[in-house]
Amino acid sequence: MTKIEAIIQVSKLDAVKDALHEVGVEGMTVFEARGHGRQKGHTEFYRGREYTVDLIPKVKLEIVLADDMVEKAVHAITTGARTGKIGDGKIFLSRIDEAIRIRNDERGESVL
Amino acid sequence: MKNFATLCLTLVMVCLFVCSAQAHTSSGTGTANDPQSARIEKLEQAVADAKSSGDNAWMLMSSALVLMMTGPGLALFYGGLVRKKNVLSTMMQSFAMMAIVTLLWGLISYSLAFSAGNSFIGGLHNVFLRGVGAQPDADYAATIPLQTFMVYQLMFAIITPALITGAFAERMKFSAMAVFMVLWSLLVYAPMAHMVWGKGGLLNASLRGRFPCLDFAGGTVVHVTSGVSALVCALYLGRRIGYPKQPMPPHSVVLSFMGACLLWVGWFGFNAGSALSAGTLATSAFVATHFAAAAATLGWSAAEWWKSGKPSALGAISGAVAGLVAITPAAGFVSPMSAIVIGLAAGIFCYLMVTKVKAMFRYDDSLDAFGVHGAGGTLGALLTGVFASSAVNPIFKNAQGSTLASGLLEGNAYQLLNQLVGVVIAWTLAIVGTMAILKLVDVTIGLRVSEDHEMQGLDLSQHGEEGYYWESPA
Repeated sequence: MTKIEAIIQVSKLDAVKDALHEVGVEGMTVFEARGHGRQKGHTEFYRGREYTVDLIPKVKLEIVLADDMVEKAVHAITTGARTGKIGDGKIFLSRIDEAIRIRNDERGESVL
Repeated sequence: MKNFATLCLTLVMVCLFVCSAQAHTSSGTGTANDPQSARIEKLEQAVADAKSSGDNAWMLMSSALVLMMTGPGLALFYGGLVRKKNVLSTMMQSFAMMAIVTLLWGLISYSLAFSAGNSFIGGLHNVFLRGVGAQPDADYAATIPLQTFMVYQLMFAIITPALITGAFAERMKFSAMAVFMVLWSLLVYAPMAHMVWGKGGLLNASLRGRFPCLDFAGGTVVHVTSGVSALVCALYLGRRIGYPKQPMPPHSVVLSFMGACLLWVGWFGFNAGSALSAGTLATSAFVATHFAAAAATLGWSAAEWWKSGKPSALGAISGAVAGLVAITPAAGFVSPMSAIVIGLAAGIFCYLMVTKVKAMFRYDDSLDAFGVHGAGGTLGALLTGVFASSAVNPIFKNAQGSTLASGLLEGNAYQLLNQLVGVVIAWTLAIVGTMAILKLVDVTIGLRVSEDHEMQGLDLSQHGEEGYYWESPA
């Protein structure tokens, strides 16, 4: 099993969700997040005072999948979230040892 | 066709009625004059009653509009500009004025402002609102009950101290704020209101004071006193922890936006209501107010667009408020075109005060009470002396009753001097009075919250609650 963590632009969430549903991903957890990479931030002006906002609102998705689904899902996320500019986000993959369904103690890939 | 027939019939009946009435009066001799004059008297009374109820309706409406400027108007405007942890405490400072100043007004401060007294302060004839009833006082407003006048003026006494709270936002103890405001209402507001509007006041233009200073709706009484006192507060209390290094952007320009729009609407009650009647003067003040606000919005926005590349929403609403402040003393004296000039000047001037002058001197007038109200009020009071027009409002008359020139543009250069006297007195009273009260409150109960409380936010430390508490138990 593999965990996909994807940090994407807020405005791309719907496109990514649709692309994931199309390749058969059934569940996901979504967080509102703030952060920055190379994009840095932007400046805002309030009554002439300049404020640098370096932590920009982002969305983070977490999905745990069976290994054979992972490449399809990664492809769905990149196509859904890509604009080609700095700030499109990142995807991280990591191994998951076990999954447990709370309702009935079921274990393993079938939980996903 | 049917309507026309009804109209004709009505006309005929009216003619018949008038003829018979004349026949009746001409038929009698000697005693006939009495019923006629009695009827005329009755008619005159009916006309006076009609005018009085029209004026009174507008003045009660205006009173409500001016109260709406404090809550929710100013409370939202200021509430949006502070950080999230201080939103309730900031709104509460405005709301507290609605309660505290009201009781104080009834007990004593109305009397100090408006009962007959010396040149500087009123007497004690009207304490506990004694003698303030349904009868009008012709010196103030001949067609509305004195009680209406009293409650209308109360709304001004409420918003004036509430304006000051913008300068010490996010760092003053609630208890200290309450005590400060009580003393300020008595020692600064009441004397200034008396001097400009009260019977025998030194600066009263309509009741022939020594230096007739034109102040239609409170440029000096409301905005200069509150704005200058705000600056004194900001300097005395010192900056917020972290200012100006740490960013403190407004937590919700949306709230401020709604507040500013409510202020704009409420200002019609403030300025047009200051005609104290529902006649043509109210219309003229209404129109001048609106045009100045529009022009100032454009003035501030243009300056900001030029300087920092974008016209912000916060800039536009700040400009509108600056224009409304500046037109306040002039509203009932100037034409719409003069109002546009005053508004434009105020929009640009206040933009520079808030962005450049504040940055230069590095004082923490947190929500720009001085930059907008002090600066805009001073500018407006002086420009009133320039643009006041006797065609709009023939306020100065000579002994024979013919109208004299009002402002500088009409050739009355002295008026600018009188305006300056009003402004200097307002500045002096505000600085000396506020300084003394701050010192007194500081040594007795202390002005500032502790450092911990300031970091925690005043909502929690002063009131034990939070403005935004989303995680309510399921």
